[in-house]
Amino acid sequence: MDFSFFLSAFLRLLPGVPLTLQLAFISVGLGMVLALILALLRLSGIRPFEWIARAYIFLFRSTPLLVQIFLIYYGLGQFPTVRYSVLWPMLRQPYWCAIIALALNTAAYGSEIIRGGLRSVPEGQTEAARACGMSRITVFRRIVLPLAIRQALPAYGNEIILMVKATALASVITMMEITGLAAKLISETYRAVEVFIVAGSIYLIINYAITRVIHLLEYWLTPHLRPVPTPGVVEREDAV
Amino acid sequence: MNDFGLMTVFSFAPGGWGAAMAAASAMTIAVATAGFIAGAIIGTFGAWAKISGGRVVRSVADGYTTVLRGIPDLLVIYLFYFGSSAVLTPIGRVFGANGFLSLPAFFAGCLAIAIVSGAYHTEVFRGAYQVVARGEIDAAYATGMSRALAFRRIIAPLTLRFALPGLANIWQLVLKESSLISVTGLVEILRESQIGAGSTKQPFTFFLAAAILYLLISSASGWALQIAERHFTRGLGRG
Repeated sequence: MDFSFFLSAFLRLLPGVPLTLQLAFISVGLGMVLALILALLRLSGIRPFEWIARAYIFLFRSTPLLVQIFLIYYGLGQFPTVRYSVLWPMLRQPYWCAIIALALNTAAYGSEIIRGGLRSVPEGQTEAARACGMSRITVFRRIVLPLAIRQALPAYGNEIILMVKATALASVITMMEITGLAAKLISETYRAVEVFIVAGSIYLIINYAITRVIHLLEYWLTPHLRPVPTPGVVEREDAV
Repeated sequence: MNDFGLMTVFSFAPGGWGAAMAAASAMTIAVATAGFIAGAIIGTFGAWAKISGGRVVRSVADGYTTVLRGIPDLLVIYLFYFGSSAVLTPIGRVFGANGFLSLPAFFAGCLAIAIVSGAYHTEVFRGAYQVVARGEIDAAYATGMSRALAFRRIIAPLTLRFALPGLANIWQLVLKESSLISVTGLVEILRESQIGAGSTKQPFTFFLAAAILYLLISSASGWALQIAERHFTRGLGRG
């Protein structure tokens, strides 16, 4: 094993990390907002809204992400109206195309997760809140949404990790994130296995860190699931 | 002005892209199916390792599924496509070939899909096996079946039945993942669309066609899998 090569490969791939994280976090953030909107449309009980959300989710979940990226990056330029619109400076850049495609894609998957979370909120909780005199919006903001987020968090954590993996596809439209740099390094050195090990380890470290953060968030959000401290300990704290 | 109607662009007449796109769809289905089956074989061994392997075997299987679920699939495809030449070229040299050898794109793609989906297969099979009622397996041994016979007649069919919904999910994943193999130059749906987009200067039309083809394949296979699921669970009461 050639450790100096591993080290130099690591140093060559490291500059791709910020771009990978940017692509992942910006698209997850935007996608989450869109996912919430889609989930609300889906549960709105208004037929046309429901159908729009269903169609969106179906279309984005049953076509490959790479096709979606190509449709946005290469495809939209086919129309002169797009090329002469105010959005063109943005749609011309692979960076924004990748973010738009990733965000639209994760929104479809995320909305199903959020929908599950929203539906898991017990009826009694919302009824109690209504009985306290909260308005519908207050009930949603104070009761339903927090409970739904808590319920959906583990599944959403998985989705975030899938998104980190999905950012690799941005390399196909010339973005030099970790996978893009890895592909370049492989074609320069012909040492695919070593570069793969280094790039793979970087992804594993990122994903491990994200799982830890999600676990911490989950722990923080579920005080009711933690073991109850023994009375003796509580008494001592009172004494202090 | 879009002077080519969709029907003309994708017609099956000479000059139309219909035949090429149909052939590319067949390639997508072929590479996805081959990768899926090979992945199922890996998954069977993975599940076996996790269920009844010793500590070493089990941790190898655990490592495999953990690592593969944290690494982008595209990276795995690059590994097999470029990595194969690193292995094959020296071997070729021994046998007198001077050139640069690598796996054909189809084979490299199948391998990559198999390795990636094998991790999911492992988890699906393991989960399904755990749902199989202990009593059924005990009863099989009690009637004097050997381990192999019990596996073939009792464990495998029951596990498959419970694994079917999970397998359907993996199939959809694999189908979409097969589009990534276009980066190696294998002419499947997405690669053919890129070629078409380049030569007709109508990228949106072609990538939309690609999206529709994937949609059709995934819907049709999803529907078939649903029927299969209904067929194989017909003995189970639905609660």
